[in-house]
Order: sequence, then C-alpha cells, then structure tokens
Amino acid sequence: MKKVLLLLFASCFVLVSCQNSEDTNPTNNESFDRTAMLTYWADSFIIPDFTIYESKTVDLETKTFSFNAEPNAANLIALRTSWLEAYKMYQHVQLYSLGKAEEINFIQKTNTFPTDVVGINENIISGSANFSLLSQISKQGFPAFDYMINGLGTTDTQILSFYTSNSNASSYKSYLEKLAQTLRIDSSVILNNWNSSYRATFIASNGNTVSSSVNRMTNIFVKNFEKNIRTAKVGIPSGLFSNGTTFPDKVEGFYKNDVSLILLNESVKAASNFFVGSVNQNNARSFKAYLDFVNAKRNGQNLSDIIATQFNTVLSSNNTLNASFSNQVTTDNSKMISSFDTMQQQVVYLKLDMMQALNITIDYVDSDGD
Amino acid sequence: MLLSIQKYINYKTPTATLAFFRLAFGLMMAFSLIRFTAYGWIEKLYIVPQYRFTYYGFSHLPRLGNYTYLLFLICFLSAVFVAIGYKYKVAISTFFLSFTYMELLDKTTYLNHYYFVSVVAFILIFLPANRFFSVDAYKNSKLRSQFIPKWNVDILKIIIAIVYVYAGLAKINTDWLLEAMPLKIWLPGQSDLPIIGSYLNKNWVHYLFSWTGMIYDLTIPFLLLYKPTRYFAFFLVVVFHVLTKILFPIGIFPYVMIISSLLFFDSKFHIQVLKYTSQIFKIPFTKFQNNQLFTPTIFNKTGNVVVILFVVIQIVFPFRYLLYKEELFWTEQGYRFSWRVMLMEKAGYTQFTVVDSKSNEKIRVTNSLFLTDFQIKQMAFQPDFILEYAHILKKYYEKNGVNNPKVYAESYVALNGRLSRLYIDPKVDLAQEKESFKNKKWILPFNDTIYGF
Repeated sequence: MKKVLLLLFASCFVLVSCQNSEDTNPTNNESFDRTAMLTYWADSFIIPDFTIYESKTVDLETKTFSFNAEPNAANLIALRTSWLEAYKMYQHVQLYSLGKAEEINFIQKTNTFPTDVVGINENIISGSANFSLLSQISKQGFPAFDYMINGLGTTDTQILSFYTSNSNASSYKSYLEKLAQTLRIDSSVILNNWNSSYRATFIASNGNTVSSSVNRMTNIFVKNFEKNIRTAKVGIPSGLFSNGTTFPDKVEGFYKNDVSLILLNESVKAASNFFVGSVNQNNARSFKAYLDFVNAKRNGQNLSDIIATQFNTVLSSNNTLNASFSNQVTTDNSKMISSFDTMQQQVVYLKLDMMQALNITIDYVDSDGD
Repeated sequence: MLLSIQKYINYKTPTATLAFFRLAFGLMMAFSLIRFTAYGWIEKLYIVPQYRFTYYGFSHLPRLGNYTYLLFLICFLSAVFVAIGYKYKVAISTFFLSFTYMELLDKTTYLNHYYFVSVVAFILIFLPANRFFSVDAYKNSKLRSQFIPKWNVDILKIIIAIVYVYAGLAKINTDWLLEAMPLKIWLPGQSDLPIIGSYLNKNWVHYLFSWTGMIYDLTIPFLLLYKPTRYFAFFLVVVFHVLTKILFPIGIFPYVMIISSLLFFDSKFHIQVLKYTSQIFKIPFTKFQNNQLFTPTIFNKTGNVVVILFVVIQIVFPFRYLLYKEELFWTEQGYRFSWRVMLMEKAGYTQFTVVDSKSNEKIRVTNSLFLTDFQIKQMAFQPDFILEYAHILKKYYEKNGVNNPKVYAESYVALNGRLSRLYIDPKVDLAQEKESFKNKKWILPFNDTIYGF
C-alpha cells in the first residue's frame, strides 16, 4: 500500500507542478513563439494601421471643417477624396476588433450599411443624436458620411445647396461635422489604448486557451472574412441571403457607387497581407509562418500556400467585377455569385483547415473531450 | 474443460476488493457530478439548447428542463449511497438509471468515459458489492460475507481490459501508426508546457506517442494481471493518464482509470485501505470479518446470466462497423460505444438551404438561431447529426409557412490532416432521408483508404 500511495503522490506532484507552471511559458526555439507573433501583429500591423487610420480620420475632420467653412465644389471634391482614403484604410483596421475597438462597437459604428437615411434626416432636424447608443449604429460612420456628401442630390450643385441655401444648412453642417468627429475620436481612443496599455495586455496573453490573444485574433480574423467581407460586401447585394432578390442599394459605398470594388479589394488585400505577413521581414510571423511551423501539409502542398493561392483566386475573381456592385448585380449577377463562391471556399479553408491545423477552437464551450 | 470452469467458479476471494471498488467508484462519481454542476454545464448543455440530438430509438425521451437539476441531485445522492453501501441495490440501480438517462437525453455530449460509467454501473447492480464494509452489511448480519466467488471481481477486470484492448486495437490503423495522426496536430498545441513542451513539435515524438499509446493500450491489462509486472504496470498507468490529463481536456477520466486499475491489486491492499479508513472513521472493521462465503441465490444466478450476456455483447458490439463498407472514420457508422478514444481529428463546416417546394424560394439557414456553438461544432461533421438537424429545420419551416420544405446541406469536412472536402451530397433533399442503421448513401465517398481496425 505504501508503494502505491508513494506512486500516486509522486505523480500528483508532477501533475500539479506542471499545471502551475503553464503560465510561465518559456520561450525556446522548439516551440512556436506566440509572443513573437503577437508582438509582430501589434507592431507591424495593428498599431501602424491604426496610426495611419487615425491620420486619415484627422484629415477627414480637417477637410470637413474646410468644407463647412466654405461649402463649394472644390472642397466637396477634396472631402470625397479624403473620405475614400479613410474608408480604404478602415478596410485594414476592421480586422482588429478586440480591446477598445470591441468595447465601443467600432465595426458596427463605423461601417453599417445600408445606412438609415430616414434616421439620419431625423437626427439632422433634432440635432441631438447620441452616437454611442446601439440605436444610432446605422445612422453614422462611413455609409452615413457617404449619404451626406454623395446622396443628398443627384448633382453636386444639388448636394451643395443643402449646405448653403437650405433653411437647415447649419444643421446639415453640424451633422457632417459630428460624423467626422466621431470617426476621428473613435480611432484616437483605440490607438491611444494600444499605445498606452493594451499592447502589453495583448502580448502578455500568449497562451493557447480560448481567451488568449492568438485564439481570439484567429477567430476574429476568420469571422471578419466570413461576415464582414464575404457576406456583407458580396453575399447580401447579390441576393444569396434573400432567395435571389438582388439589392443594388445594399452595396458598400452605395451613394458614391463606383467604389464597392475598391473597398472590397482593399479588405481582401488586408486579410491576405495579415495572413502572409510581410515577405521582406525576417520576423514575419503570422498565420503562414505558424502553419508552416506545424508543418501543415494537405495533398502534398503546404496548407499556407493553398490558402495564399486562394486569396489570389479571390482577388482575380473579384477583379472581373464592375467598380459599382449596384451595376454588377443588375447586369450580370452570376459574376457576383462566382466571386462569392471563391470566397466561400476560402472561408472553408480558414475556418476549417487552418483552425484545425493550428488546433484552435471556434466555439466558446469548454466541456470535456475524450 | 467443464471441470476447470466449475473449479474456477468456486474460487473465492475477499469481498474487500469489491467493497473498495464500490467505495471508490461512488466517491468518484459523486465528485464528478459536483464538478459538472459547478462548471455550469447542466445549464449550458441540458437547459440552454432549444433543440437536442437524440440517439436512434430514444427521440421521445422527455427533456426535463429545470428538473434536470433534480435528476443530477438524485444521481449524486445515489452515488453517495453506493459509496457507503446504504440500500445498495436500490442506490446502484437508481444511479445507473439516472446517469444513463442523462446521457441518452442528448448525444451531443457523448463521451466514451460516460459510457464506461454506465457500463460499470450496470454490472455493479448484479454484484454483491454491499456484503462487506457497507452500511447494509453493518446493519444486517445475514448480508455480511467476508468472501465472494472470485469471478465477481474478475468480471470488472474484464470490462476494464475490454476498454484498453479495444482502444488499442482501434489505434492499429495507417493514420495513427504511419502518419502519426491526429497527434501530429494535437501535440504542437501544447508546446508551451515546461520540460516536455519543446519536444511536442518534433515529428519523432508524434510517432513515439502514437506507437507507445497503441502498445500501452494493448498490453496494460495483462501487465496488471500478471503479478510480477503489476507495480510497474501501475506506474505506467499513472504516468500515461497523468500525461493525457496534462495534454488533453479529458476531465476526470484519467483519475477514473487510475483508480479503477487499483482493482487489479492483491486483495491485501484493498483490506489495508479499508482498515485504514475504518480507523479514521472509527468503524468496527472486525465486524465484517465473519469468515462467511457469499453463496448466490436464484435471483443472483439470473443476474449472473444477464452479466455474462452483457459482457458478450460488450465484446461483439464494437465490431459492428464491419457491417458497413465505407470508411468508419468518414461515415462514423458504428463509431460510438466502441472505445475509440481520442482517435481522430475531425471538423466540419456545414450550412443549410431550405427550399419551398411550391415557390422554389430559398432560405439560407443561420445555424446559431437553432443550435448552440457546441452543437454546431458537433453537428458539422457527424452525418446522423446533420440528418436530424435537417429534420428539425424541415419541421420548423413547415410550421412557418414554407410548403413541403426541402433541406439541402453544403458540408465540408476535414479528417486527420487531409484537406477539407465536400461531405454530404448537396443535391440530396435530406428532409426525405430517414435515420436508420442502413448505410447512409448521401455521404459522399472518402476517396482515400485508412487501413487497419
């Protein structure tokens, strides 16, 4: 009996000591260095991207001030350019929906489309909308801005009249300003949070539990591609979620109208870059490096190459589309659908093959397995 | 031959071994039920889900809603009663029924070790485990017997041996042995562990773990049975199960197996443990040492027939997969209840479209409106789940005005490091397909072969 007890105690001791030291996480060459990956993500993607994005929103706010001071055709064009630049950069930062961004509903606040025109007009009249409320989500962000600078009339003269001769011109101006200001404040809040404390929090959570940064970032990455890119930008307008009824008015950038493709491409490139990591950096440790590290091979090929190739397939398929998806769904919707299908295949690769190879769970249920 | 069987049946052994197992089993079960409840899993797994996935033939078993807690309480109390041996026959029967009821409610939560618990509990109903060191035997001198026929203990050893040997046989396949799958996928995820962590990315370690796992499972019951290797075998049991506990999220199963393996020890060990326990709780141990041999009554003899039949079924049942031609890992026809433990890495991505037969209107189904995350994960790669869910959808949409709904699945599955591929024939209206033990023809072919058991 003593021997048995001794054995039991000895092994329990080993068990306990192993479990307690799980969070010490020694870095060595043999295991994939998740700390390095998180550091790479924070320093080469997230913080630089948010820095650029913030500067774009600052520019948008400045251009809005100039426009409101002198609402003329030249300032309107400058404002549109600034809007599109910021909107393009947003396609990169929408990927990083954690921390402060998640807390303030950054994605929903910034890019819910189609925008709520009736609600916006009510807001303009009342002049007292609280943009942090969930009920205000579809009345702000880039889509609302799009309406304000491209959708108020069919010609520039008509649009400008809302800011000049309209009896409520000052209300229109202040709503435009409020939209620009909210975009800028949100980006500053998120960037400051990363620069102050969140970078360290993000990197420190380097384990492999469901709440760890790598797991969360992977889930967000996949979800972003599935929901924000595949479904919202292509699936819904092309009627795939509505029994074939197409929605030319539910495309991204509807009022400007010739930018849906630019925005889609920007978002796919952002996802692809994040997956591959920069090629000319030695410390490029992203999903591709991680997959190669665990030696994930499928049908004799690197899984990372299969996924990288599929990103290119998606991009080339998307480039057959018209710059305006409103036109595309009315003239030849089949191209939209085949674009969707290439992205659907990528969703399967990411959500199923990549997550499986990296041993990352998609659900948040922590029951036993056997 | 007949003579030696007769001789074997008359072998006697101290009841202490069985009493020890009863005590340990009851306590472990009571503990694991507390753990299950404390984690909030009753709520999460039995109450929150709107729909459930049922075993063939058990779809009418009523769900209990909040009364599930009551069922757990009954199960817990019966486990405690089993442990102390109070009204044992009623207690172990109640435990078996309540525990098995819980398992039969929803196959989403199926785990081999829950099945193991049901199997052991069922056999314990027929064994004289309360004749020694129990409240029953303490109160009733007629019940007390210091010795029982040896086969009463051996039958439990056989069950434990079946679990190991079948788990070992299942590992004799080309994916496990030649590709080191799925350990090649699973082990690198644990490379942060101290000491062993750095080795878990090495390919040779994946093979080493795969092969030793197989050999361990196949040989451990025999090493435990054979006296000279017993201590060494127990050492291996502890190391093996502690390792699996560290590497994989398998709950209390490792402890159950470690404690169960103590059954193989000499009865002197069990007597010592019970004596020691008696000292702590001031139980007059000598009272149980009455030198009586338990002699089976007619009722016991009927029980013996049931137990023997049950063991035969246990031996045959895991081979039912041979009745199906297609790859077992791919179709999972005959996969459960066969001790295929931590054997494959399989995941799926499955979406459904419901079509109105009259208007041809198509609806893409949002799975999260019907199922929990855990259910979605389990449903996505198991054909019987996919079919049952298709019927849930048919019923739901029929009620909501869709004419004779057709249900189509777009399903991708990835198995053991193969690239994901289409799993279910997307042209088959699953609403027309019925669940049965017949081969499911709407599962697309695997187009690969895994050789072995």
